[in-house]
Order: sequence, then structure tokens, then C-alpha cells
Amino acid sequence: MAEFKLPANSVVKKGKTWPAPKGATRTRNFRIYRYDPDTGSNPRWDNFEVDLDDCAPMVLDALIKIKNEVDPSLTFRRSCREGICGSCAMNIGGTNTLACIKAIEDVEGDITISPLPHMEVVKDLVPDLTHFYAQYASVQPWMQTDTVAPQDRERLQSPEDRKKLDGLYECILCASCSTSCPSYWWNGDRYLGPATLLQAYRWVIDSRDEATGDRLDNLEDPFKLYRCHTIMNCTNTCPKGLNPAQAIGSLKQMMLERR
Amino acid sequence: MSLITPLKKARGLGSAKDGTHHWWMQRVTAIALVPLTLWAAFSVASMAGESYEVVLTYFASPFNVAMFCLFLFAGFYHASLGLQVVIEDYVHNEGLKLGMLIGAKFALALTGIMSIFAVLRTAFGS
Repeated sequence: MAEFKLPANSVVKKGKTWPAPKGATRTRNFRIYRYDPDTGSNPRWDNFEVDLDDCAPMVLDALIKIKNEVDPSLTFRRSCREGICGSCAMNIGGTNTLACIKAIEDVEGDITISPLPHMEVVKDLVPDLTHFYAQYASVQPWMQTDTVAPQDRERLQSPEDRKKLDGLYECILCASCSTSCPSYWWNGDRYLGPATLLQAYRWVIDSRDEATGDRLDNLEDPFKLYRCHTIMNCTNTCPKGLNPAQAIGSLKQMMLERR
Repeated sequence: MSLITPLKKARGLGSAKDGTHHWWMQRVTAIALVPLTLWAAFSVASMAGESYEVVLTYFASPFNVAMFCLFLFAGFYHASLGLQVVIEDYVHNEGLKLGMLIGAKFALALTGIMSIFAVLRTAFGS
């Protein structure tokens, strides 16, 4: 059955509190999920009080400040710090988003930070995305054609056809949407999830790709595609403002069109 | 540590080449049930407290019988499709899942056929 309760070794315990430096007047409390598989102990919530007058504006800035100045063992992924690499996706204040483009002042009260939901945790805020990436690879996210490419130029695409890729090509595969989807939580082993389905659709409607039918064949499955029940968490949470639910809806419509 | 590659796990047993019919029928029956349910509820309400003869007169009309049977068929079919999704979503033990799917479909087919038979028997006045 679907698991609604945490197993005993996953129950999150109370952790340490790191007070703000003396003299700090404008502080915010960051409540951060900590888990270290090497210690064998349960995960815990640590509290870090951060002086906002000595910290840049984004949640990622606070995390880097904590790692640099308070607790160097705090583990998280980050790279571009401008919302294009997708590394720092995590659950902030109850919503999956990118720490680098989430302003501290946009979160009310204590700022709770945990890893992307319902994924195995490698350490602290780092989830294991192996299966997520393998699912992406399984939809063969590259151009497939039988027609030989033109010798002297790129494959041409009309401006109208190029427009169809808008709202799809911007996806950075941060996994915020897939890990916000209850259907992906319960059946993520077989359900491809919103991110992978949006990417699959991106190739299905690419005017230059010639494998459209094969791609739809591979998706036509009660679990791979039809576990989507239009819950819409994906669209609500996408930090890039994309609409995976609509892409999935379009895929279902194409399944119907070709019958 | 598993020696099976992540890609093999992600591909699983491949596509079942199925699911569209189930999804489409669920949508069609949902839309059909909007007018059918309103019509059935209105019909039943209008006969509340009336004698059996009034009901017999009502079911003497082929249109009323057909509409009522359609309502029952769409309703039970929709329930069967929906219950299947719920079981597939939440029950992860393959044996239990299969048992529950067969049980749910059997129970709904049984009650559905009984309901339609009851309407037809009333219509034929026995």
C-alpha cells in the first residue's frame, strides 16, 4: 500500500539551535532538515538564526552563509545561483522551488527547508535523482529523423513551429514538479512524472522530429502517462512558471487524435 | 546495491500500449452523467410519495426506460473505471491488487446488472 507514515528510522527529531551573532537586530530563523547516513541516527530539524543585515537576499545566500560561517557540514547542491541549472531545488516553506531565486522576504515566519519530497535522501538537502534522470533518458530526449540532414545548413523550422516549443524548452529538469506530484510519490517507479512527460512532449511536437508515432507508442501506458490525474501541483510549484499539466493534457489529446 | 542499471529500471516492462480507452471512457461517462443524473434525480423526485401505478405509467414510456438504463449503465461503468484507478494508485501488492480489481469489477457488474434488470422488469410490468 501507499505509505502514509514515516518508517521509524525516518522520523525527524529535534536538532541543534545555532543562535544569531550578538548584536544582530534583524534575524530570521532557518529550520533545516539534516540527515547524515554515516551516523546511523534519525534525521533532525536544526535551527539557524541568520542576521539578515549581513546576508544577501535569497534563500540560497543564507544557506551558503550558514555553510561558510556556522556549520560546514550542511550539505546541499548549488551551482549557477541564477535559476538556470536546477541544482538547488528543495522544499522551502512547504513548496518545491529553487533556493537561488526564492527571496527570503517572500517566506513568512520560520523558513523551513527540506529536501525534495518523497525521494531517498543522500545527505541533508541532497535527494537521490538517479531514477528521475533515468526516466528522462528513457524518453530519448534528442532529435530522431530518418531524413538525412541538409548538407549545407541546419534543419529548418518555421517561426510558428518554433513557437510550439516555448514554455517547454525552458525546463531545467530541477525535479520540483515531479517530486510535488502525489501520483509520482505513490507510483514514481512506473509513472514518468510531469518533468519527464513535459520533456517527452517537447520532442513529440518538435516539427523537425520524425519519431512522433514511436514516441507516443512508448508513452501509451496506464502507468507511464495515465497516472496523471490532473492534480496540478506540478504547475503550481514550477519555479520557472511552466505548465507541465498542460503538456500532459496535450499528450493525452494526441493519443486520442491518432485512434 | 543493485546491479540493474537505472535505465533498465526506468524502462521497466515497456509500454502496455493501453490506457487511452480507459481515460477517454472515464471522461465520456463523466460528461454523460451530468445530464443523465439531473434527469434521473428529477424523475425520481417527481414520483416521490406516488403509488406504484404511477411508477408503472412512468416506465411504460420507452424513452424513460432507455434514459434510466443509460443512467445506470454510465454510472456503474464510471464507478468501475474510477475504482480501478484508485486501486491501481494505492495498492502496491500485485496479488492483492489483482484480487481487489476483480472483486470491485464483479461487485459493480453484479449491482449494475441487478439495477438495470429491476428497471426492465418494472417496465415490462411483472
